[in-house]
Amino acid sequence: MSALEAVLRRGAAVAGAAPHARLLLDAEGWAALADALAADDGGALLALWPGQRSVHAALLDDAGRMVVASGPAAPGYAALSPARPGALLFERAARDLAGIVAEGAADARPWLDHAEETEWLPAEGPGLHRILVGPIHAGVIEPGQFRFSLQGEAVVRLEVRLGFTHKGTLSLMRGKPPWAAARFAARLSGDSTVAHSAAFALAVEAACGVAAPPRAQALRVLMLEWERVANHLHDWGMICNDAAFAAIHAETGRLREAVLRAADAAFGHRLMMDRVVPGGVAADMSGEGAAALRSAALAVRRAVPGLRRILEQHASLQDRLAGTGVIAAALVRRFAAGGVVGRASGRAFDARLLPSPLPYAALSPRLATRGEGDVAARVAVRIEELHESLRMVTALLDTLPDGPLEAPLPPRAGEGSALIEGFRGECFAWVSLDDGGAIREVFLRDPSWLHWPLLEAAVQGNIVADFPLINTSVNGSCSGCDL
Amino acid sequence: MLWPRLARNLASRPLTERVAAADEAVAQALAERLRAASRARLGRSLAVRQVDAGSCNGCELEIHMLSGVVYDLERYGLSIVASPRHADVLLVTGPVTRNLAQALAATHAATPDPKWVVALGDCAADGGVFKGSAAVVGGVADVVPVDLLIPGCPPPPARILEGLLALLEAEAEG
Ligand code: SF4
Repeated sequence: MSALEAVLRRGAAVAGAAPHARLLLDAEGWAALADALAADDGGALLALWPGQRSVHAALLDDAGRMVVASGPAAPGYAALSPARPGALLFERAARDLAGIVAEGAADARPWLDHAEETEWLPAEGPGLHRILVGPIHAGVIEPGQFRFSLQGEAVVRLEVRLGFTHKGTLSLMRGKPPWAAARFAARLSGDSTVAHSAAFALAVEAACGVAAPPRAQALRVLMLEWERVANHLHDWGMICNDAAFAAIHAETGRLREAVLRAADAAFGHRLMMDRVVPGGVAADMSGEGAAALRSAALAVRRAVPGLRRILEQHASLQDRLAGTGVIAAALVRRFAAGGVVGRASGRAFDARLLPSPLPYAALSPRLATRGEGDVAARVAVRIEELHESLRMVTALLDTLPDGPLEAPLPPRAGEGSALIEGFRGECFAWVSLDDGGAIREVFLRDPSWLHWPLLEAAVQGNIVADFPLINTSVNGSCSGCDL
Repeated sequence: MLWPRLARNLASRPLTERVAAADEAVAQALAERLRAASRARLGRSLAVRQVDAGSCNGCELEIHMLSGVVYDLERYGLSIVASPRHADVLLVTGPVTRNLAQALAATHAATPDPKWVVALGDCAADGGVFKGSAAVVGGVADVVPVDLLIPGCPPPPARILEGLLALLEAEAEG
């Protein structure tokens, strides 16, 4: 990230931004950043979002250092999407949210704003026909529109249109004290409630110059890994169900219920919503919590090898999963897509391996990667991670430190950011607090922002009947990016 | 292998659990509403169409559990169907967003009469934490008439099932 570093060195560091620096660039500096990102393919663009007459971008270099760059947007700024295609949806959303305009972007259509009819991208060719589905789908899934251009049964182009569940979440957070704003972070994407709550809490704590006590940090990791177990079980079952293999779905559903009940017993909520709060955790684990978690963990650990054998030994099932919905490694790198999707296409990135106030280093999480990039690889990564999470949960229960659950947050100005590995991938949070300690600006970024464009690529050349299967294997969140 | 497991399952106790029957007071109240609306009877089974009108996806996670082996929705004659045209009940989640209000209204219009609308979750009740947002219209009742409200954030599967059973009970009385 050398060219990039040279550019960033031109920026003035904002005082009080922690733990990652924020650099103020002038318009020229921002344009140079766009050029540097084009010249040099190192590093990852995590997110881009609007500020007040400004634009922010979070960048991660190859050594795992994060920096936020800010430039003026009055209302125009140099688009980063020509260099980094992952920036495109962020740029479209930023225009809808704050009216700032990415100059030079290949696509300037609205994204979250549905007030006017938007054109679909063209697809030309002999004998092409189209299917438009959504926003209300046939299954119990989130609302979005998918437009397929097909040649016979093969998908030539898929275009995903989201924004249907746009709730104005970020604007509802502004002006509120962190404890009140945390309820919105917890509801950005219900399935990642712990991950987004934890990212938001760590960002607020960094802004306040406070660290949550060790017991709270350990309980956060416990909940994060438990959330991963519940969701990976769910996805594994749903993928098999979409391949019409109901037996595994039934078994993973049974196990998932045991996991959710243990969460309820330990933390008082099946999804552990509102349990991670700025400053620490809302409540201690219950007296019977450890035993409940242990016994559910044991049940899952015992069942997984058998289920995995069924998955691997049934040719009819493998036939549906292997070679289906391939996402090329080069594409994943270009988008810097994280999580299961990235790791199943060989991108060895997991935010749990980065320095963090959370006690992950002591647990040394093992990275799970595959190279094939197909549905089968995404299932395999999930199963491996499931095992690893269960191991960490058990280790944490053995070593939970005693002590307080919350640190008081001084009402003061500051800026903070954090990156947390949720079950889908890395959840990024950035907050700026005003003098009274209330939220001045905030951005929460779900990993799905980079997964949706990759889903469009994954289905190309596949038969349309495999779309549900491929979609489930990617499992992007709508609510998480609709904001 | 799958076969030995299936054979074992045939001989073992079912994993499906009993769920408390519908709360009598709730059933009674619903029966009265049914009479008041002089709605035609639906029969002893209900086809449920789920509509996400803007949820955070938490409510959907619990609806998913309903169709699993533990709660097994279908043993009561309740089933989740793929189209509003096949549905007796719309199970609606989320605060209704501006971007989905029209789709919700269209889904409601596409559902044949007689029909019921169940608002599931605190957001569906009145917008929940998202109430007052410029991007949100409000609760489900702000867009389509609601017959039953199941509170919670998200409501656990047993509570959702109780609510749906209350509909069946009310139907039997009405
Ligand atoms: S009620 Fe709770 S779980 Fe359901 S959509 Fe609203 S915030 Fe999400």
